[in-house]
Amino acid sequence: MDGFLSLPTWSPYLVGVCIGLLGCLAFVVSDRPIGCSTAFVKIRGLIEKIFRGEKVSELEYYRKFPPAIDWQLMIIPGIIIGAFLSSFLSGTFGLFFVPPLWAEQFGDSRALRIVAALAGGILLGIGARWAGGCTSGHGISGTLQLSVGSIISAACFFVGGIAMAMILFGVPL
Amino acid sequence: MLGLLFGIVFGFLLQKGGATSYDVIMGQLLLTDFTVLKIMASAVAVGLVGFFLLTRSGYARRHVKEGSVGSNVVGGLIFGLGFGLLGYCPGTVAGAVGQGALDALFGGFIGLIIGAGLFAGAYPYLNKKILNYGRIQKETVHELLGIPEWLAVLAGCIGIVVFLYLLEMAGL
Repeated sequence: MDGFLSLPTWSPYLVGVCIGLLGCLAFVVSDRPIGCSTAFVKIRGLIEKIFRGEKVSELEYYRKFPPAIDWQLMIIPGIIIGAFLSSFLSGTFGLFFVPPLWAEQFGDSRALRIVAALAGGILLGIGARWAGGCTSGHGISGTLQLSVGSIISAACFFVGGIAMAMILFGVPL
Repeated sequence: MLGLLFGIVFGFLLQKGGATSYDVIMGQLLLTDFTVLKIMASAVAVGLVGFFLLTRSGYARRHVKEGSVGSNVVGGLIFGLGFGLLGYCPGTVAGAVGQGALDALFGGFIGLIIGAGLFAGAYPYLNKKILNYGRIQKETVHELLGIPEWLAVLAGCIGIVVFLYLLEMAGL
């Protein structure tokens, strides 16, 4: 078992099956779908509270998603810990600024990569809340419930993503 | 703190699947590496059956929101452009941070917090003008198609298995 946990990668099908079961378990144990983007609204609300006080909670959007340290927020530190454990066990953990594929296309400038990632993150944050979910919330949890809105969202995530990837890297042939 | 536990297992699985790596995610968006879709499709296939059985036996409840063109299509496309530029999504950006990606931490993570705040600020206006545009009256696929739920689940699973089989046959 120790050897298995320290493998650098598992079959995507095994990982997918486990995530499917985990998603089902979340419905049974916590009566909620697994999702990741609500956490960023809550983190943002908590940061704003530090600077602007309690009146932040009165904003319309934060009334819908109250800034609090709860299930939906804690999944994010959980994912960071889980991914750290996995990469640490397999010896693939390593600090870096510029991913190899990005460096191949745009060079190894840290500043350029951070600026692009920041811009991408901002669009991602706006889009996730605009669509009401992300790749896990809509793409997996919503789709497995046969939600029409989620399936449309997931398709649009990939349409937009493929378009941007091909703008940046060209169409692979 | 159940959320933390779910997160730890989820993050562990995403990292083991390779889905927290920029190169793997961009490979998916460039249609050269189908790891991400293989993970998502097999998760959905298992989830479809599991969730169907759990709701039938009363162990789970459906949590579905009514969709709309203004929300799901417009938001989905904005998300997609960010997804392609950043190379991570909101869950995998956290996983990337966990495996040492500093572009995910200083770029993606902070960008997501800024983006979520911008949306929260614009929400009252967007909610009035755009989010409810083109409401989709039916919440689920089986309601939309007017078929029994079990048939939609079965068709979804068969579709996914055939899709994955074809991917493997094509050597992707």
